[in-house]
Amino acid sequence: MHIVVCTKQTPDSAAKLSVDEAGNVSWGDSPIIINPWDEYAVEEALLLKDRIGGGKATVISMGPEAALEALKHAIAMGCDAGIRIWEDGFAGSDTQGTSHVLAKAIEKMGDVGLVLFGKSAIDSQTGQVAMQVARRLGFSPLTNVIKIVEIDPAAQTITVERLLEEGRQVVTAPLPAVVGTTKGINEPRYPSFMGIRKATRAEYPLWTGGEAGVDAAKVGAANASVKWERIFAPPAREGAAEIISADSAEETARILVDKLLAEKVI
Amino acid sequence: MGNDIFVWIEQFDGQVASPSWEALGLARQLSEALGGQVCACLFGAHVSGLAQEAIAYGADKVFVAEDATLADFRVDPYTALMAQLVQEHQPAVVLIGATFRGRDLGPALAVDLDTGCVADCTALALEEGKLVATRPIYAGKLLSTCTASGKAPAIFTTRPRAFIKREPDAGRSGEVVTMAAVLAEDAIPYKVTGFHETEGGVNLAEAAIIVSGGRGVGGPEGFEPVRALAQVLNAAVGSSRAAVDAGWIPYEHQVGQTGKTVNPDLYIACGISGAIQHQAGMRTSKVIVAINKDPEAPIFQLAHYGVVGDLFKVVPALTAALKEALG
Ligand SMILES: Cc1cc2nc3c(=O)[nH]c(=O)nc-3n(C[C@H](O)[C@H](O)[C@H](O)COP(=O)(O)OP(=O)(O)OC[C@H]3O[C@@H](n4cnc5c(N)ncnc54)[C@H](O)[C@@H]3O)c2cc1C
Ligand SMILES: Nc1ncnc2c1ncn2[C@@H]1O[C@H](COP(=O)(O)O)[C@@H](O)[C@H]1O
Repeated sequence: MHIVVCTKQTPDSAAKLSVDEAGNVSWGDSPIIINPWDEYAVEEALLLKDRIGGGKATVISMGPEAALEALKHAIAMGCDAGIRIWEDGFAGSDTQGTSHVLAKAIEKMGDVGLVLFGKSAIDSQTGQVAMQVARRLGFSPLTNVIKIVEIDPAAQTITVERLLEEGRQVVTAPLPAVVGTTKGINEPRYPSFMGIRKATRAEYPLWTGGEAGVDAAKVGAANASVKWERIFAPPAREGAAEIISADSAEETARILVDKLLAEKVI
Repeated sequence: MGNDIFVWIEQFDGQVASPSWEALGLARQLSEALGGQVCACLFGAHVSGLAQEAIAYGADKVFVAEDATLADFRVDPYTALMAQLVQEHQPAVVLIGATFRGRDLGPALAVDLDTGCVADCTALALEEGKLVATRPIYAGKLLSTCTASGKAPAIFTTRPRAFIKREPDAGRSGEVVTMAAVLAEDAIPYKVTGFHETEGGVNLAEAAIIVSGGRGVGGPEGFEPVRALAQVLNAAVGSSRAAVDAGWIPYEHQVGQTGKTVNPDLYIACGISGAIQHQAGMRTSKVIVAINKDPEAPIFQLAHYGVVGDLFKVVPALTAALKEALG
């Protein structure tokens, strides 16, 4: 079975961010990394290959050259091939545009049985691309998956456990499917030394929109249906905590309770 | 496009999810500026009894679709119904609570209608005739404002607890319109075959008070005082990733960048250092209390109130003091 993993690059989750008047975000000398949520998707692809006993895991990313960081990490973990899809006209796409590009690239591959996603991108934090790719391709839409219970490429079915507010839902659906992963599905491995060497030497073909069959009227900032008007820092919290300290734990607790009563939060 | 506001009403087992009532509260507020009616869209197997409740919470009109195929939320039949409703009635905007199910429905509907969906909004207001949404990005380190447009009304999913639900008014009246399902069961290959309820029912996103434990609790049994405190406050129990990774508590309890984003009135962090990734999930809490033996812990930079001390002494004392104060 051909498994595709969709991933993107993000600034490190510990990066100190700043934003200028025009809304340009910068993260100093903090590195660009694979979107942390996507490591679960990569790991699951590798586990599934073992489970099924073969197949191929291709990692794809729509993004400028920095997207190579995400592809390289996935190859270093063990994916078989990495493809980047980009042309300047893609810049500023919203999730509708991004999902159109990814869906077209997956369609072009022709033989894809499963597409894995991270839960959301830690920068834009939308968590919409997986569902939108599923909807465009007509693949089974399985989001928030915490366990792949069974996958049967012969019968073309998949059974998963999905995380909902009230508990875990068990779902059986046909392949091909989109699986949006969540933390808890596995423990992503660290790239091995050999893996890192392989990733450095690997070739990463670049597909342009034309090659992938992208409709230029659906991508880019000008065609985005969601427009980002302004990006700004939230108002800073003034001062540090009011430290409560009395002679005994009991007295401290009583003072704290009075404060919370006054705040009307209990 | 008209000026009605559509709100999807999410229910599970005959119980409406609180974020739907919050979205309905927001819709009422927006309708003052937009004019038009607030329309609730209620789908399920046995839901007609909830229509009156939707009216009490602010709906002028309720579209009810009752069918066995709608018993569980599934993307295909729900999106098809919602898309048909929107196309027929052309409202000004569609609001959906940003729960797990809502965050499936919103983007799927956006594809079907070829329109924009803004995810997880914490504010939504009419500015110069345009709906402008505020949403946190980069784990809440930054904020953005977004607008949406397309071939159909814009869709916004609203973050749980970011909007205020109205007091239900049993005296309100409204219209109920019934409709049929769009897809038959044999056109829906997605089958729900089981459900395992979460032990102890954690719904962190909807909790008004959360008491969380971190590595400082020292082990699974270290969560006992945390649970006892949560119990007197009728609070949900949260945790840091360190405690989850150590296997002391299930992942469902994790707060933070790779866990739940929460927005309670009161967040009490016990033995949690306050790493940036933990803060990502709880920084918008109204009042934050930190209990930590290290006065240098970063959580004290974010907290409103801090106690520097051993949580095994402070937490039980706090539990006792609360029992006394709250009776
Ligand atoms: C990509 C990524 C995603 C992440 N996502 C998350 C996430 O979603 N959620 C999350 O929480 N973390 C997340 N982390 C991990 C995060 O960086 C921290 O490692 C984690 O939050 C630390 O948990 P902690 O505060 O419980 O543990 P520690 O940092 O070890 O802190 C324990 C604290 O307990 C105090 N303490 C110890 N004993 C006592 C006592 N008896 N009484 C009082 N205080 C005591 C100590 O002083 C210390 O401050 C993520 C990390 C990465 C890299
Ligand atoms: N540009 C992209 N290229 C490839 N995959 C992406 C891209 N953007 C998002 N994804 C995938 O979609 C998931 C959700 O992203 P988002 O909807 O942007 O929060 C990510 O975890 C990735 O798996």
